[in-house]
Amino acid sequence: MTTQSTLAIEAIGLVKSFGETRAVDGVDLAVRRGSVYGVLGPNGAGKTTTIRMLATLLRPDGGSASVLGHDIVREGHAVRGLVSLTGQLASVDEDLTGNENLILLGRLLGLKRSAAKTRAGELLEAFGLADAAGRLVKHYSGGMRRRLDLAASIVVTPELMFLDEPTTGLDPRSRNQVWEIIRTLVAEGTTILLCTQYLDEADQLADGIAVIDHGKVIAEGTPTQLKASVGSGALHVRLLDPEQRPEAERVLEQALDAVHLEADPAALSAACADATRAAEAVAELARAGVQIADFSLGQPSLDEVFLALTGHPAEEQGPEEAIATQAEHAA
Amino acid sequence: MSTTPTTRAVATRAAEEAALRKALSSTPRPPRASALSVAMTFGWRGMLKVKHVPEQLLDVTITPVMFVVMFTYLFGGAIAGSTGEYLDYILPGILVMSVLFTTVYSGVALNTDLTKGVVDRFRSLPIWRPGPLVGALLGDSVRYLIAGTVIIVLGVVLGYRPGAGVPGVVAALALVVVFAFGLSWVFTTLGLVLRSPNAVMNAGFMGIFPLTFLSNVFVEPSTLPSALEAFVNVNPISVLATASRGLMEGTAEPGDIAIVLGTAAALTAVFAPLTTRLYHRA
Repeated sequence: MTTQSTLAIEAIGLVKSFGETRAVDGVDLAVRRGSVYGVLGPNGAGKTTTIRMLATLLRPDGGSASVLGHDIVREGHAVRGLVSLTGQLASVDEDLTGNENLILLGRLLGLKRSAAKTRAGELLEAFGLADAAGRLVKHYSGGMRRRLDLAASIVVTPELMFLDEPTTGLDPRSRNQVWEIIRTLVAEGTTILLCTQYLDEADQLADGIAVIDHGKVIAEGTPTQLKASVGSGALHVRLLDPEQRPEAERVLEQALDAVHLEADPAALSAACADATRAAEAVAELARAGVQIADFSLGQPSLDEVFLALTGHPAEEQGPEEAIATQAEHAA
Repeated sequence: MSTTPTTRAVATRAAEEAALRKALSSTPRPPRASALSVAMTFGWRGMLKVKHVPEQLLDVTITPVMFVVMFTYLFGGAIAGSTGEYLDYILPGILVMSVLFTTVYSGVALNTDLTKGVVDRFRSLPIWRPGPLVGALLGDSVRYLIAGTVIIVLGVVLGYRPGAGVPGVVAALALVVVFAFGLSWVFTTLGLVLRSPNAVMNAGFMGIFPLTFLSNVFVEPSTLPSALEAFVNVNPISVLATASRGLMEGTAEPGDIAIVLGTAAALTAVFAPLTTRLYHRA
């Protein structure tokens, strides 16, 4: 049982429209203190709008929400005193150096001049930016900018952090660094609301996930519950020769249900909860002359969860993100 | 061979993690920054930008020089009979014009700032709400001061000798900067309403250009047709120019100074809250 005091975020029926478009169309959220809550959805699903309302940057058109016990409309100032926001555009000042950015925020948050300087140095060190401290942020790489952005969010440790797509556009190494930072933050007791369009990111970091599409929460639960709610596990097969995939698809469609071609051109999967039937299906593939590199029986991936929940894949994205997602699958 | 690359990497990572944990645990939340401290910090941000991109000061140094030289030598003979006499009349006027033209850039700069992610962070901070704007304008006031100083120094080089000496000049400069601070709130409001920096620039100059020329900055109003003269006499920019001339010559009317300060206060009272509202809603 959750009570008011154990919830960091409680949103009921949040609505926000821009002209004719209902960007957020009745979102309910309940986020426990000390947890990482993932809001998962494709571009334009309403994730950023939701986060901006909770961070008091946008006024909701309907519904209500409280953050750490304070109403986001009536007690905005109290909310702002407890949270910090890392926006989709890195929320740092490009025309200043890394060091100046952190001192600026320290001063604005009430640190004395010397304390702000010490704190900036400490954070630059901790985030591996000490060497770049005196460089203008516009000359930083994407990964460095993100790390500075996270550092800027914890100049004074917030009780709750909003992270809006913290790893979008980052290379895998920088992304791992950001994930490490997030894990450490959580271990130190900060609650995190994480918006992401990367399914594996939510799977890696989040304790609870809300899947959001067209401004509505369409599913909610732990990663495991979400996978289970799709009903069954899946047989994943990877072929030696991608040319044989159409043949493999035909065979699997006869043996099992819901065949899904994965982003990897040599891989496909099919819904299957039963090990015996899976073994039979693999045998069928072998009989048909399809050469198999490897196969596994597992819970469905969040990708499949999304497909099952929305009827369309999660990759409704611009070309850049689509390429990034493919690179992830290949990795 | 006691440390292989792998163990070293592990050690580095452990050290980084320890540093991160330390960084995370060492901050009790300080009391909130005062309104003054927030505004001054944002003013400092403006100064830092000038420090990193000093070319930004070109518009407040080169343009005033051009105005002084151009107007003195081009119109001096025709309007006042001699360039020397015209300089006495026009220098305070050019001071007013140059500084007021610079205020348009405050709106342009704010509009440019809004396209950047950092504004979201400022808006999500627990700070005095008008702070980012007041601070930016305080920073811009330093630019106004630079423009004004350039003009006065150049004027003195060209032979301008203000009757009230240094104190008069300083008082005039202060009055112009205070009025510019009030007026720039109009342009920051424009900067939040219009969609692009260019639109702000165009709309701003469309307003400030005729207002400046239809004042007593360049010519004695008594030479004008009576309807125009009436307008010129009530134009606050004329009052500002008259008050500045008066301060520099030691003949200022307290009434003029009061009108200038009152106008600046009124502009601030109307447009500062409006700008703040728009900034936090944008």
